[in-house]
Amino acid sequence: MNIDDQIALQLFQKMLLIRLFEEKVIAYYPEQEMKTPVHLCIGQEAIAAGVCAHLQPTDTIFSTHRNHGHCLAKGLDIKKLLAEFYGKKTGCSGGRGGSMHPADPTCGILGTSAIVGGGIPLAVGAAWASSMQGKNEVSVAFFGDGASEEGTFHESLNFAALKNIPVIFVCENNSYATASPFASRQPLTVSIADKANGYGMPGVRIDGNDVLEVYRVAGEAMTRARQGQGPTLIEAETFRWMAHVGPVDDTKTGHRPAPELAAWRNKCPVQRLQQLLLNKGIINSNQEEKLRHEIDTDLEAAISYAKQAAAPTKEDLLNHVYAD
Amino acid sequence: MPWTTPSIKTFTPVATANEATHRQRTYREAIAEGLHDLLAKDPSVFIMGEGVDDASGVFGTTLGLVDTFGKDRIVDTPIAENGITGIAMGAAIKGMRPIFIHMRPDFLLISLDQLLNHAAKWSYMSNGQVPVPLTIRCIIGRGWGSAAQHSQSIQALLTHLPGLKVVMPATAYDAKGLLVAAVRDNNPVVIMEHRWLYDNPGYVPAELYEVPIGKALVCKKGQHLTIVATSMMVHEAMRAAEELKKANIEAEVLDMRSIKPWDKECVVTSVKKTGRLIIADTGHRYGGVAAEVAAEIAERCWDSLKAPIRRITMPECPVPAAASLEELYYPNYKDIIRTAQGLLP
Ligand SMILES: Cc1ncc(C[n+]2csc(CCOP(=O)(O)OP(=O)(O)O)c2C)c(N)n1
Ligand SMILES: [Mg+2]
Repeated sequence: MNIDDQIALQLFQKMLLIRLFEEKVIAYYPEQEMKTPVHLCIGQEAIAAGVCAHLQPTDTIFSTHRNHGHCLAKGLDIKKLLAEFYGKKTGCSGGRGGSMHPADPTCGILGTSAIVGGGIPLAVGAAWASSMQGKNEVSVAFFGDGASEEGTFHESLNFAALKNIPVIFVCENNSYATASPFASRQPLTVSIADKANGYGMPGVRIDGNDVLEVYRVAGEAMTRARQGQGPTLIEAETFRWMAHVGPVDDTKTGHRPAPELAAWRNKCPVQRLQQLLLNKGIINSNQEEKLRHEIDTDLEAAISYAKQAAAPTKEDLLNHVYAD
Repeated sequence: MPWTTPSIKTFTPVATANEATHRQRTYREAIAEGLHDLLAKDPSVFIMGEGVDDASGVFGTTLGLVDTFGKDRIVDTPIAENGITGIAMGAAIKGMRPIFIHMRPDFLLISLDQLLNHAAKWSYMSNGQVPVPLTIRCIIGRGWGSAAQHSQSIQALLTHLPGLKVVMPATAYDAKGLLVAAVRDNNPVVIMEHRWLYDNPGYVPAELYEVPIGKALVCKKGQHLTIVATSMMVHEAMRAAEELKKANIEAEVLDMRSIKPWDKECVVTSVKKTGRLIIADTGHRYGGVAAEVAAEIAERCWDSLKAPIRRITMPECPVPAAASLEELYYPNYKDIIRTAQGLLP
């Protein structure tokens, strides 16, 4: 297998993990044991996979309320993440963060904010620290189209360009902030990527459902960052399949038009890469089946683990308000 | 879905629980009705906020308004709380009466600069020439792992600096009446609603009535101790009072309603009668609303106090996600009962 094929296969494995993970959450959520608001990323897997494929554990990412894909792509253990959803002590944030606030410094996740735009400046600061420390590390800020309306986005881009900071801004433009369409929040005459230019950095708009394109463009941004050429803004167009929060089809509740979702489901990023892999003979359908089965087995094991893990108790409530 | 259907046993003032004589509406319906009628009556009133025109309509409180009043008066906004607060304030000082809605108080924290450095000070800085008739609504969240950034109760934070008014309706009646008062007030007013009260029914008159800002409500009379409560805690206090009554302890329960300005006279009068005070607030203890009330009463009712003043608040840590920790986190009527028993001989 040549290197490109190997990379394509690895990207597929990551995307499939994210997809099946989210589907597992959907399957178990009705039991009402996972008492945490889940912002599912089904339909957007390619961005997390394509970007994080370039990252080392020492590189950091800052995500959002919709973080499951980013965390998995960055290498967060499924057991730790699911235990967190179940509010358990062995969860990646000790059960006190839930689905919105995973943290795991061992794989470069230094905490997650669910305040829209909250993580963007943190990524800039973390990347800045890496360069102050003379390390060749980068930091990625993942955020939605809605977040590009917050002051933190604009202030962060300006500062990152000013100080030539090795940060990559990755905007997942899924056209909606909750049920509010892009057109009622931003003028259609400029794209989010267009804004980068005004702050003095390249802005690239890409098909966020084409993982190979995401991989390629993210790679260029990483190279720039690691070579001291400063930040890049990537606007990746995509669509979320589920409701803003919860395992719900929000086209049925009147929040978004059904035909729009149907059109995007036909542009499924996982399906697209799978087809490519099959066509090129990189995998055959038996291997693909086997891969799904393996991931599913791991996920089932992680769910069982999370369910039986111990919950935090009174002794845990007040600790860590301050660092030791 | 579970996270949208919180439930709590709530009280309906007995005297007003009769549909025949007292029109019943939920807290949610009361707000929706108030918004509708304010918009209909006053062309300077308009609404802005994230998703105010969507199919959820801010937990049902703005549903359908866009159909009646159009997108120019029911304005979906970018996610830009600080800027939008300033924009709303700019409209307010030029003669409009904007209502800016945040789904959670946590998001409002982004707008503290425009709110506290600007809106709260403008009247004073301009020597009274430029008032700011701005209303801000936000809804306190709780439960289902809402966690540290989606369930904060920030009333104390908003009251420290002079110039803002802050109200916390605990009943459907107040949800509408305080909204009307806030919109008609010439000052910036923050209304902190509570998500867990939304399904709570109560007496709501059809007309546009005002609940005066700065006046508390005596929910239940009693002579043995005074319980002053805010928002959700009013319901916990009423439940505690019912239980205490079975042991022949008559608690006087006051709903603070208005956090700033607050009804000092009402509390002073009550404590002078009972000699004992518990304050139950949805916020934190340190520098909190309960601390403010305790300090005022200690200064003014020293001679009447028969026992130390007690505060019931959230613990000194951010809100945790895990259900096991949430359970420990929020104080309830049992804590009030236990505290009351400790104060009585
Ligand atoms: C400061 C702030 N305002 C509002 C919210 C409520 N909220 C949570 S997610 C969201 C929409 C975010 O849209 P976008 O950035 O496009 O991300 P997406 O959900 O589409 O991934 C909103 C308004 C919040 N969490 N924080
Ligand atoms: Mg979006």
